[in-house]
Amino acid sequence: MALTRRQVENIANLARLEITEEEIPAFVENLSGIIDLVDQLNAAQTDQVEPMAHPLNMVQPLREDRVTEVNERDLFQENASQLESGLYLVPKVIE
Amino acid sequence: MHTRTLAELAAALRDGEFSSEELVGHFLDRIEALDAGLNAFVTVTREEALRAARLADSARAEGQAGPLTGLPIAHKDIFCTRGVKTSCGSRMLDNFVSPYDATVVARLKAAGVVMLGKTNMDEFAMGSSNETSWYGPVRNPWGHDKVPGGSSGGSAAAVAARMAPAATGTDTGGSIRQPAAFTNTTGLKPTYGRVSRYGMIAFASSLDQAGTITASAEDAAMLLGAMAGHDPRDSTSAEVPVPDYLAALETPLSGIRIGVVKEFFDEGLDSDNAAAVGKALEVLRGLGASVEEVSLPNLGLSVPTYYVVAPAECSSNLSRFDGIRFGYRAEDPKDLTDLYKRSRGEGFGAEVKRRIMTGTYVLSAGYYDAYYLKAQRVRQLIAGDFHRAFENADLIVGPTTPTPAFDIGAKVDDPVTMYLNDIYTIGVNLAGLPGISVPCGFVDGLPVGLQIIGTHFDEGRLLNAAHMYQSETDWHRRVPSGMLPESG
Repeated sequence: MALTRRQVENIANLARLEITEEEIPAFVENLSGIIDLVDQLNAAQTDQVEPMAHPLNMVQPLREDRVTEVNERDLFQENASQLESGLYLVPKVIE
Repeated sequence: MHTRTLAELAAALRDGEFSSEELVGHFLDRIEALDAGLNAFVTVTREEALRAARLADSARAEGQAGPLTGLPIAHKDIFCTRGVKTSCGSRMLDNFVSPYDATVVARLKAAGVVMLGKTNMDEFAMGSSNETSWYGPVRNPWGHDKVPGGSSGGSAAAVAARMAPAATGTDTGGSIRQPAAFTNTTGLKPTYGRVSRYGMIAFASSLDQAGTITASAEDAAMLLGAMAGHDPRDSTSAEVPVPDYLAALETPLSGIRIGVVKEFFDEGLDSDNAAAVGKALEVLRGLGASVEEVSLPNLGLSVPTYYVVAPAECSSNLSRFDGIRFGYRAEDPKDLTDLYKRSRGEGFGAEVKRRIMTGTYVLSAGYYDAYYLKAQRVRQLIAGDFHRAFENADLIVGPTTPTPAFDIGAKVDDPVTMYLNDIYTIGVNLAGLPGISVPCGFVDGLPVGLQIIGTHFDEGRLLNAAHMYQSETDWHRRVPSGMLPESG
């Protein structure tokens, strides 16, 4: 199924991805090709088949809620672009 | 010393033929001499490596050495390494210094293994040619105009060129096995859950698995024994005991039933590849295995299934890269949305964006049932095919790839053609099975891989069959020409 330019722009917005004007035609073409590929799934008869979310039949393990890690906040924050007094800085959200 | 396997190097260290410092220095010198032409490494940790090697030598002098102490290895740059840049092949993480070690890295470190550096890879492990890396393509040591495969292309090229005796990799749809096939190395993708994913940057969480690229199956067995096992930090890591893989390597193959997948030999398979795999089957038969045909009727749907499941999981996993707590951040954002969109737009490359957008689309309102749920049902059919095939076979065997390594640039602008290259490997990930690719010949000077697939947690039998095959053949011993001569 061919995607439209508007659909691709909408998907990029939902994914919070800036794509440039020049990039759009290639994304329209490539994503349409990928959707054509996955449309082959329609040929499979799956009415009686349970969806498989995971390769192993696992149950989610639970553990006691207690502190297991040491606090390395300063080390972790070394990877942030903008910090002030141990807080992450972002552009103003509320006017 | 670089033409020896990890097992042989371990024996030489034990016998005092050379020290770990000498061994590690030798491989670091090879990286320096050869990597400019191959681009297999993103980071080389020379000083840390030599320091760790000296510590290993001291431990040995004090009688504290284990079987892996002092052996050098390279890590795919998807594994977090404390204090060392962990880029995942992306501009997004070009500035990221990991504050912790992945479990795989920590376990190998604890076993005395010395890290030489971090290897190049397709961006966020999304690719089959190592061309999507922010750091540029890796070249195949068997032909510099050929791709090394991907996404673990740097690890495969590093081992093929003997810049490292072994390397770690990850495999989501073939990312260990396919580059191993393209570079004449041995690539093991263990069962889903066999090796911890903690600290391994997530692509598609129900498919990703860590493994090894080595010069032999015996080397893979050595490393897997140290890497595998339950990890409370990964809730999908299995609580299944780890057997002694080395002890089972020499078990005779008599009575082993090998299933050859009929659908692997369809019109998509290069005839010379098919001939090489056919000869390998004769060797396995000669070792006492019986060979019969098995069928995976839904194999053709594995690529479409994967390209719903993997992008869906990746679009969710990669939403964490927002430019705020770590990773690339765009300059002068107008507002918060602009910060998110431009940091991600500038930080991710084209293939990663394609996959995030595909995943966003198949998960979006109105399409979820048609694509995502449908793909999960077909995934069940594919897993069921393997289950039935294993009723009549202990191992399933076939080619790893349809063709030998292709030219750099040949498929990079055509994602669907690139995706179809993984037709023989992807089903194994969907079903969560272990698989290994071993060298089985050459076509026009380029290596061909034989893929062996086992049942869940049966890596021991896989490694046993691969090792017995390598005892009868010497393909895995061949190294590309143009490598420096043996110097000690």
